Amino acid sequence: MATTAETFQGHAESHDHAHDHDHKPGFFARWFMSTNHKDIGTLYLIFAIFAGVVGGAISGIMRAELAAPGIQYLQWWTSFLGGNGADFNESLHLWNVLITAHGLIMVFFLVMPAVIGGFGNWFVPIMIGAPDMAFPRMNNISFWLTVAGFCSLMMSAFVPGGTGNGAGIGWTAYAPLSTYGSQGPAVDFAIFSLHLAGAASIMGAINFITTIFNMRAPGMTLHKMPLFVWSVLVTAFLLLLSLPVLAAAITMLITDRNFGTTFFDPAGGGDPVLYQHLFWFFGHPEVYIMILPGFGIISQIVATFSKKPVFGYLGMAYAMVAIGVVGFIVWAHHMYTTGLDVNTKMYFTAATMVIAVPTGVKIFSWIATMWGGSLEFKSPMVWALGFIFLFTVGGVTGVVLANGGVDDNLHDTYYVVAHFHYVLSLGAVTALFAGFYYWFPKMSGRMYSEVLSHIHFWVFFVGVNLIFFPMHFLGLQGMPRRYPDYAAAFTQWNEVATFGYKIMAVSVLLFFVNVIYAFVAGKKAEGNYWGEGATTLEWTLSSPPPFHQFETLPVIEDAPAH
Amino acid sequence: MNAAALHHRNRKVGLIFLGVAGAMLGLGFASVPLYRIFCQVTGFNGTTQRVSAAEASKVSAAGKVISVRFDGNVAPDVPWTFHPERSTDRIQLGERDLAFFVAKNNSDKPVTGTATFNVEPEQTGQYFNKIQCFCFTEQTLQPGEEVRMPVLFYVDPKIAEDENAKDVEQITLSYTFHKAEDSPS
Repeated sequence: MATTAETFQGHAESHDHAHDHDHKPGFFARWFMSTNHKDIGTLYLIFAIFAGVVGGAISGIMRAELAAPGIQYLQWWTSFLGGNGADFNESLHLWNVLITAHGLIMVFFLVMPAVIGGFGNWFVPIMIGAPDMAFPRMNNISFWLTVAGFCSLMMSAFVPGGTGNGAGIGWTAYAPLSTYGSQGPAVDFAIFSLHLAGAASIMGAINFITTIFNMRAPGMTLHKMPLFVWSVLVTAFLLLLSLPVLAAAITMLITDRNFGTTFFDPAGGGDPVLYQHLFWFFGHPEVYIMILPGFGIISQIVATFSKKPVFGYLGMAYAMVAIGVVGFIVWAHHMYTTGLDVNTKMYFTAATMVIAVPTGVKIFSWIATMWGGSLEFKSPMVWALGFIFLFTVGGVTGVVLANGGVDDNLHDTYYVVAHFHYVLSLGAVTALFAGFYYWFPKMSGRMYSEVLSHIHFWVFFVGVNLIFFPMHFLGLQGMPRRYPDYAAAFTQWNEVATFGYKIMAVSVLLFFVNVIYAFVAGKKAEGNYWGEGATTLEWTLSSPPPFHQFETLPVIEDAPAH
Repeated sequence: MNAAALHHRNRKVGLIFLGVAGAMLGLGFASVPLYRIFCQVTGFNGTTQRVSAAEASKVSAAGKVISVRFDGNVAPDVPWTFHPERSTDRIQLGERDLAFFVAKNNSDKPVTGTATFNVEPEQTGQYFNKIQCFCFTEQTLQPGEEVRMPVLFYVDPKIAEDENAKDVEQITLSYTFHKAEDSPS
């Protein structure tokens, strides 16, 4: 991948000067009515970090409760949130509310807004040499709908949802628990929140696809696009094809709840298992939606700090396409225990394992990119290496769980929790931090503390591994998910996990200290602060880039090396 | 490309993909009838088959004897007692069997119920053929009324040729009575 910066360098210099006189709108118009892809990207990142802190705090409550067997803190929290803490069932209901909120926030309001809305908005137009997104105003709607969705989810915590306040339905919102199993408006609020976030993401997906198809600079063919752009393109297609199915499913939940339909109610001829099929037809592509942009970020970073083009560019791009396509035909591996017959299980086992092939192509291509490269272990690279390691661990347990027979035993145990946190919490979030350290000076114009970001990495790495690795053992020993209590035999590893959470929390503090440091005392960032390895178009611009870039479109010529 | 042409092209591509999203939304809703048809055709999820008497008469008893267990229960809001007369029948593959379930309305109001059904193990659904069943229609019970409800069925001898189902020694046929939609509560 060698769309090179050198061919364009001279161009950019003169360009920047023209923009010194750039007229930025006033504060309110700039941030609340923004149509600028970089400003909207910034808003998405700020929102995602905020939502991530909320979701992370919720997992803190859960880890505190799980630190020891028995119920310690839930009753206090129930009272604190305005419920009746003396009612034991209401306290247990709060647990369901917490796991639901944690899952939904982390998926829909941290990872998706950050990787797609944040980094996607910021860098896809720049990387393809476009002045902005195709539909700038729709971009603005997408962002504010996401915020509205978050507010709707937060409100659900304070209205009745059955046994107590809040929606305690899990992020999967399985019927019948989410239909006649949870009376009260909380579940409606939570489902509505998904509608809003889903509509926002569909609009965002249409925006990205149109931008990438129509607005590439002259010479920027599809096969010259940086891999991050490829990853967002594939992700946008996954969103476009899967989210409407979720929208249909949860709309049916709403009508089952409020308008007397029986889509998922056997009493009227419906089938609750149909909901699971619809949910996971969305849900499985969704996990790739969360991780694919991370793949793109890691490809950029590994190539930059190896000072060579990524190994097997076309293979890397089409591996993501393959992951996306196959991702749509493996959904029932989440449903092995719903009574699928042996042949169906065999198909879903085999199809799921096939995904390990393109994923393996990516892992080995990253390693091959580093092989013989002139490696430089700057903080984004260290985070990227951490990602490759952690994601591989999560991928391996994924292959274990793909087996229908094995999953019968491990379904809904902490082994599954460990697996998906290794690919998401440790995988996607590590990629997020990698991307953040890679691009933060580009976005803000300020360098952060390199030392602090390395310390952040190591503390985070130790913390999350202490949280989640013991969960493999707990799961194999049979500790079930979604309960606030457990048998005394599971105490030791849970103590370790809770201790790991504390370490992880310290690392998040270090992250914020680092960001504050950058703004207060950070050096000004040059246009291309990573040097010769950084070859994509964003490095031809100043840091931060001008308010409007590429009014004269850059022309991408074939690099000599290509 | 000038700005107007780009604007036009963006709008076109945007609308195409909006259409794709709309189509997927439609597919989401269309999955409800499609899923029902899929289950009926393949016996997926233990959906039993329905055959006419004429068709059933072509099948003759052959092969091994298996047992069929009966289970009857009611949804929490149905004030009935409902249970099979016999818990188990032993029948030969292809042999017709007539089983009875007894339902009694314990309330002082007439109640209309409709029964959902399936069989376990689920892979036997496509071989479990019902010729007549009380579950085909809604049943109304007057206050205190007790009725015997018949189901006439056989197990298709083809089950012996299915790798996944030939080892099955016992099939459980289960009914759950729910309140019919139009029934007063």
